[in-house]
Amino acid sequence: MLSPAFLSQLRRLLPPHCVLNEREDLLPFESDGLAAYRNTPDVVALPENEAQVAAILQLCHQHKVAVVARGAGTGLSAGALPVDGAVLLVLAKLNRIKSIDPLARTAVVEPGVRNLAISEAAAPHNLYYAPDPSSQIACSIGGNVAENSGGVHCLKYGLTVHNILKLRAWTIDGQLLEIGSEALDSPGYDLLALLTGSEGMLAVITEVTVKLLPRPERAQVVLAAFDDVAKAGAAVGNIIAAGVIPAGLEMMDRLAIQAAEAFVHAGYPLDCAALLLCEVDGINEEVSDDIFTVRKVLAASGAIEIRTAESEEQRLKFWAGRKAAFPAVGRLSPDYYCMDGTIPRGQLPHVLRRISEMSAEFGLPVANVFHAGDGNLHPLILFDANQPGELHKAESFGGKILELCVEVGGTITGEHGVGLEKIRQMCTQFATPELTRFHEVKAAFDPDKLLNPGKAVPELHRCAEWGAMHIHDNQLPHPELPRF
Amino acid sequence: MLDTLIDRIRAAHENATPLIIQGGGSKTFYGNADEGEVLATRALTGVVDYQPKELVLTARAGTPLAEIEALLAEQGQMLAFEPPHYGEFPLPQAGEGANDALPAPKPINATLGGSIATGLSGPRRPYAGAARDFVLGVRMIDGMGQPLRFGGQVIKNVAGYDVSRLMVGALGTLGLLTEVSLKVLPKPAAETTLQFELDEADAILKMNQWAGQPLPLSATSWHAGLLTVRLSGAASAVQAAQAKLGGEALKDATAFWQRLRDQATPFFDKRPLWRLGVKPTTPPLAVSNRSGGEAQWIEWGGAVRWLASDLSAATLREAAKTAGGHATLFRGDAPAGGAFTPLAPALLTLHRNLKQRFDPSGIFNRGRLYPDF
Repeated sequence: MLSPAFLSQLRRLLPPHCVLNEREDLLPFESDGLAAYRNTPDVVALPENEAQVAAILQLCHQHKVAVVARGAGTGLSAGALPVDGAVLLVLAKLNRIKSIDPLARTAVVEPGVRNLAISEAAAPHNLYYAPDPSSQIACSIGGNVAENSGGVHCLKYGLTVHNILKLRAWTIDGQLLEIGSEALDSPGYDLLALLTGSEGMLAVITEVTVKLLPRPERAQVVLAAFDDVAKAGAAVGNIIAAGVIPAGLEMMDRLAIQAAEAFVHAGYPLDCAALLLCEVDGINEEVSDDIFTVRKVLAASGAIEIRTAESEEQRLKFWAGRKAAFPAVGRLSPDYYCMDGTIPRGQLPHVLRRISEMSAEFGLPVANVFHAGDGNLHPLILFDANQPGELHKAESFGGKILELCVEVGGTITGEHGVGLEKIRQMCTQFATPELTRFHEVKAAFDPDKLLNPGKAVPELHRCAEWGAMHIHDNQLPHPELPRF
Repeated sequence: MLDTLIDRIRAAHENATPLIIQGGGSKTFYGNADEGEVLATRALTGVVDYQPKELVLTARAGTPLAEIEALLAEQGQMLAFEPPHYGEFPLPQAGEGANDALPAPKPINATLGGSIATGLSGPRRPYAGAARDFVLGVRMIDGMGQPLRFGGQVIKNVAGYDVSRLMVGALGTLGLLTEVSLKVLPKPAAETTLQFELDEADAILKMNQWAGQPLPLSATSWHAGLLTVRLSGAASAVQAAQAKLGGEALKDATAFWQRLRDQATPFFDKRPLWRLGVKPTTPPLAVSNRSGGEAQWIEWGGAVRWLASDLSAATLREAAKTAGGHATLFRGDAPAGGAFTPLAPALLTLHRNLKQRFDPSGIFNRGRLYPDF
């Protein structure tokens, strides 16, 4: 609990409507996009400008009160889950697009600006902001930086870290950091990369300078159906080996296809085991050449049906099915649990086979949606939270999938972040020396561990307690830690 | 080999003996002078894994860049950040200008580890990304002799802090890189280089205007009244863009770009040679005029201004700062305060904290990045 003295000092820093601590005002902030994790915050601070952010941080630092930063609250790993005795610092009111420089192709925005709003504001200049997480209509750029968000166009256009130039950020003791520059590089260590994806653990961002790209002259999508998931997986590698880097390359399995088709009637073939959507973009002539190549490769890879969208309307229709895959699966089941592992693409057939075996073991169906181009897997585990024990079963199953991703050389999170959700699997992916170094990076910025405590990087003793350890090559991780 | 390095680093840590990490020795000029015994990495060689279909290559730090690029070329792929080699070049003939065809360099020394540790990228950088953009994972040994592994071999990975990218450009001051995993890309099917006679202000404007259009730009350069632009992509795209832009096609463009990549034309022999990183739309800098019109080379779409200038570090750094960037003494005697623009106090504190935690005895490349660590 926060002391009345602290709360009254906090109130002095902000206008009355910017501090919430009545229970009914706090409830909307009790979870982020991962609603299975809930905790009512003690107090919510909604600063309206950068000076207020700095003042709140200074106050918290002085009183050793923890701070959890939150943007739009669309995160999927409970990274913005309130922590007991902490201030929930909501940056949604810092939502101005400060400037757009069409010639330099940059936009300077506050952290609460929605991802899609940047592209909308840049559209009159024929420019856009490339990373497009599926929540782009709602998610904010500050959160995108905190999570290093991706989207369906990562293979060609990169993640958030590849598309930002500069940050204004504040340390917990209220010091301003200007990181990066308007040039293409900066002297010293690459703190821009270190802060991107740091999940609110190192500093609080108040301004982001993003890169804008020229809108491609043309985009075209090819849809291909396969009678075998392994063939579809091989086709992905074959397209890349042919020298084409698609703007988007997505795969869905049978359950996901059927759910999407029933929901949005995208015109998908239903008698297939896997569907690939391959979008190429660029200059008109180049797109024509690439479509020709892609169709040839798909045919040679054993596709049973290949369709090129004949109009912009049909292209959007093809995408509508993929984009609606999550809510479509949601119609099949009271609840679903979305995982986010990344694997080397070549491991796809093996991983999908293991997931389907585990699905039978746990008795929970899985629909697979896959950013195939960059190996990012989103298995959706279907369950019913009203059935006692099912949520726990779904979480255990999800954990096993993530451990499988690590086992085949991948990672537990491609774009959703660790947050609180995957903190146990961090013990599987990293050994003690690396986890120790992560804690030291944290300590270099925030020695009192006040920013987003308990998230992203597990304490070493917790790894041992959870027993969330993976025994690989018969080597026990963290052998130096006591076990009880 | 790895064990020998670990033993030496542990001993150096215990005795606080400074070490100078050295691969091929092609970039010893870069940064400030450091002190200590040489820790050679050249024996840490070999490509560990290369999966063309995954677009991922993993190699030990001492592997020559030339070897990696040759292996990639066999599969029609490349390192898209076009790292400099600083190889030996045949001596240019008299009267060389940006127009003249020069023999291509013979890459000899540069290693993967050095390329990543310096974080230097070539002409393709503004259009394809920098060295740091392509690093997926590293294995390293910290200043206490602890082997560590960060990142991995997949393109999307947000588990833990991005320590791999923190190592890029750290000039070895946070640890010894032993292995690096990189994203690679297909080589473009076609490339054409065009030249235009334009003054500096117009050239800067054109570079930025064209970068805002869907054109397959892959490199830009301006020197001595000549804008040079490289187009890369599908043959049809390159042809269409060429038809749109006009200009004169440059013969033997490969050597032109390799020389620019390695700063291997007579212009770059001048000392002191400054590299100003600025906002790309920055109009002609007053400091470049005072240095004389021939004393500047612009690349990276306007974001890099190379100056052969005797102006003081303070003057050049102020000019770069006003233009949203920073100035590095690239070749020549470093000014007081060092080759790189000094950091703001809050950032310097973070740098010291990170250095302290990765290399508490301060053994690695002491003084190379900033004089006080």
